[in-house]
Amino acid sequence: MTDYKKLGLKAGIEIHQQLDTTEKLFCRCPTCLRETAERTGEFHRYLRATESELGEIDRAAREEMKLVRKFCYYTYDTVCLVEHDEEPPAPMNPEALEVCLTIAKMLEMTPVEQVHTMRKLVIDGSNTSGFQRTALVALSGALPGGCRVETICLEEEAAQRVEDETFSLDRLGIPLVEITTAPCMHTPEAVQEVAAHIGMVLRSTGRVKRGLGTIRQDINVSIADGARVEIKGVQDLDLIAEVVRREVERQTNLLAIRGELRARNARVDHTVVDVTALFAGTKSSILKKAKAVLAVRLCGFAGLVGKEIQPGRRLGSEMSDYAKKCGVGGIFHTDELPAYGVTAEEVAHLREFVGAAEEDCVVIVAAGRERAGCAAEQVMIRAEMALSGVPEETRKMLEEGSTAYMRPLPGAARMYPETDVFEVAIGEELWESIKIPELLTDRAERFVREFGLDEGLARQVAFSERLALFEKAVAAGVRPTLAARTLLGTCRELARGGVGVGRVTEEEILALLSAVEAGRAAKEAIPDLLTELARTAGSAGAPGERVDAAIEAMGPAVSQADVEEIVRRIVAEREAFAREKGMGALGPLMGVVMQELRGSVDGKVISETLRRELQRLLS
Amino acid sequence: MERLETGDLVRYANGGTALTGTYIAERDGMAVVKLESGYNIGTSLEKIEFVERPARQPPACAGVVVQNSDLPDLAIISTGGTIASRVDYRTGAVMSQFSASDILRAIPELGDIARYRDRQIASILSENMQPALWRELARAIYDEIRAGVSGVIVTHGTDTMAYSAAAIRFMLKTPVPVVFVGSQRSADRPSSDNAMNALCSAAVATGDLGEVTVVMHATTNDDRCAVHRATRVRKMHTSRRDAFQSMGMEPLGYVDYPSLSVTLSDEAVRRGTEEPELHDNLEERCALLHFYPGMPSSVLDAFEGYAGLVISGTGLGHVATAWIPKLQEMIEDGTMVVMTSQCLHGRVCDRVYNTGRDLLSAGVVEGEDMLPEAALVKQMWVLGNEPDPERARTLMQTDLAGEIRRRSIL
Repeated sequence: MTDYKKLGLKAGIEIHQQLDTTEKLFCRCPTCLRETAERTGEFHRYLRATESELGEIDRAAREEMKLVRKFCYYTYDTVCLVEHDEEPPAPMNPEALEVCLTIAKMLEMTPVEQVHTMRKLVIDGSNTSGFQRTALVALSGALPGGCRVETICLEEEAAQRVEDETFSLDRLGIPLVEITTAPCMHTPEAVQEVAAHIGMVLRSTGRVKRGLGTIRQDINVSIADGARVEIKGVQDLDLIAEVVRREVERQTNLLAIRGELRARNARVDHTVVDVTALFAGTKSSILKKAKAVLAVRLCGFAGLVGKEIQPGRRLGSEMSDYAKKCGVGGIFHTDELPAYGVTAEEVAHLREFVGAAEEDCVVIVAAGRERAGCAAEQVMIRAEMALSGVPEETRKMLEEGSTAYMRPLPGAARMYPETDVFEVAIGEELWESIKIPELLTDRAERFVREFGLDEGLARQVAFSERLALFEKAVAAGVRPTLAARTLLGTCRELARGGVGVGRVTEEEILALLSAVEAGRAAKEAIPDLLTELARTAGSAGAPGERVDAAIEAMGPAVSQADVEEIVRRIVAEREAFAREKGMGALGPLMGVVMQELRGSVDGKVISETLRRELQRLLS
Repeated sequence: MERLETGDLVRYANGGTALTGTYIAERDGMAVVKLESGYNIGTSLEKIEFVERPARQPPACAGVVVQNSDLPDLAIISTGGTIASRVDYRTGAVMSQFSASDILRAIPELGDIARYRDRQIASILSENMQPALWRELARAIYDEIRAGVSGVIVTHGTDTMAYSAAAIRFMLKTPVPVVFVGSQRSADRPSSDNAMNALCSAAVATGDLGEVTVVMHATTNDDRCAVHRATRVRKMHTSRRDAFQSMGMEPLGYVDYPSLSVTLSDEAVRRGTEEPELHDNLEERCALLHFYPGMPSSVLDAFEGYAGLVISGTGLGHVATAWIPKLQEMIEDGTMVVMTSQCLHGRVCDRVYNTGRDLLSAGVVEGEDMLPEAALVKQMWVLGNEPDPERARTLMQTDLAGEIRRRSIL
């Protein structure tokens, strides 16, 4: 059992949640996502970091500039010149601000008096302008367990990366709230719990986007003597604790490696050796096709570069991540060689050529001369960092919860005012007018209390995207259990079976449930009726008419007289069986009748009719 | 407590938390504070408290950039349009850069094209431009040409860049390229069109051209700039990068980016065709009037005593019939009235409808296919240099600097 307190674990989270507003944050475009195949055009741009007053380019920005990059953008009929960075922004969307203030109030935060929009430098291509517009809206909120929310910001979503340097503009500009907690969590589980709580608060507003990619968590982790590391884009809530565990493991292992390196008096030899000729006849296709193969000698590093620091990750993986910033595919190091077509003999030659002793590790990079040189430089930089411990970094999550290096932590000096957007005052009147919605957890409890739903179903309904429809149905007089089971059970099962229930409108579902409650259709017929509505989705008619047509199509209406006649006939045909079993025949005969009526009559009606008929026969 | 100054460290208390930040300014009774996180917020003054005044740091000494003396000399003359800027992230201030060293630090690739000397004649928003400054600019360019530069780059705000470029074209004969350049998206943003426009303008300024041009983005892509003739270019969009368009003709050429290879059409005047000459007289008592339906003719009273008036008329070149007597009176009193069209595309012809014929009888000069703005600066120049009214009228209808196309083509 890891003692996180002893390790000095400190963690905080940043949650980014897209808001479900009608329009984007700084233009009037809809907030809908598109398929890339629907794009109406492409254009491309270069980004360049502007020099700051200090004569410095932000270190995160500088890292991005290592490669001269041309960015390509996909455009759609749902984006405008603002996303193209061809028009100044519109004023801040008041709807988005209102949702943001609602969340702030739910978290017991204090709003600033005047919101100023800033430009935050981002030159990875995900913003056409080269900056992200962001505004600090409120400060200092409360979380269960005594943790604090530091800030809530309202900002614009970045463009979605399609691949490499290609981005899709549909997502750019969708309003987003960024909630930042203090580094006040001390166990991996606490991080996950806080994330779950904030997620629940966000969804309680009913005004946030749902589905994959609409909420992202960044996690800040450090341990004593380690360093602050920011892990980006953890989308799966259930992985959060694991990500924290693995980061603690990584930092612990890096500190152990540092200890070992220091004990060995390890150092980095800063001469890059050209070893291209050594691999002239190699069987390794990567080395063979490279214009240049360069080697770096890491004195005293043997065995440590290949040491695992996290499941699936070694110190060598970290060096490789740094090298990749120069556009190379990766690195080779002698801790893992011979392998990949490199022979033991070649390794021996390599060691000899660069003068590596047994305790040294040799790293080689293969690429065009310039890229290889850049990569060798990066390997030395990362190796030096290993001597001082854990570098401060921004990392990205890999599958399963391990992480890879993305870029250095951004410096603080990368924001300046967005002069094209006026500041917005948050007066007392506005703040007072913000209503706090019921928390989903409270709502689930109320569903148990008021509707008699069992706890599991109540929670499922409360947290479901169908919550609003459920409440509408109940208000329209539909029994809560029927509404809940239909919306969560039946619909899901049908969808799993390949029925396009998503195409059935909410109004139609509502009309269907009302028809069932009015006795115009049996509840057993709901799956068939939904299937029929899905099949004919999009055809003309008011929801009520469409539902009536579906009921019609599923079979002619069966009257109580018809039911009685059918029941009488079936009982008569099986009279001997009925007499033998007595009332025990009810169950088996029920099945026979149901099959004949194929769900067009409520089971309760059938069972009552059948019971009466049996009683008549047996009396 | 003393009065707060920009850069002062302050404590900001709000809702039970206290944060430190940097005081930026007071605006409309609210203090703007930059918090340590980098965010600015607006707060009432009583919520902040002075902590200390950090020792003023001397401005970062950037030093002079050493230039390659083997490259051709270019003059960069700035009037206020920014092609380079610097951001102070401590206060959020954006400062325009004018010296050659500062520009080269911001756009280092410029150093591979030429050696630069800088000259700043103004630092204004281009809507504040004045004919007097056009004259000063013309003299400055002329001096640089006489001093032997291979080309001149003029940085200019985009709003009135086309007016200035046309004005220079009429005042100056030049053997070398004179290139106006600006940016549509501010130079502080990483996506700004400033660097590409500047690099393309330097490529044109060192190229085989001998006239005054505007070089700006040709498309929304960062792929090429168009080279426009000064007297036929117009800003046709409020915000897009490719706002500048050649009107009634193809651009004189293109510069591919990032290769910076320049392609010029046969029509472009080549380097060395003209000898340097400066005729910088301008008659400033000239005006441009945009006619609209119902515009009262009494508006014309404001231009009484003017030497010239250019009208941007409707369609083929019309104003309301009711205007004609007043115009005739003005012309008889010595005002030269030139008709151009709001259509911007196409040629004025006042011989088709009665109104037009009456305008001609009243003495109005058909402005051919001149852009209204180009016609205005041409009129200032013509009236500033040609005292004889008849000859001046003839000059207005003669192509002097590429402002009139002899033929209208599809």
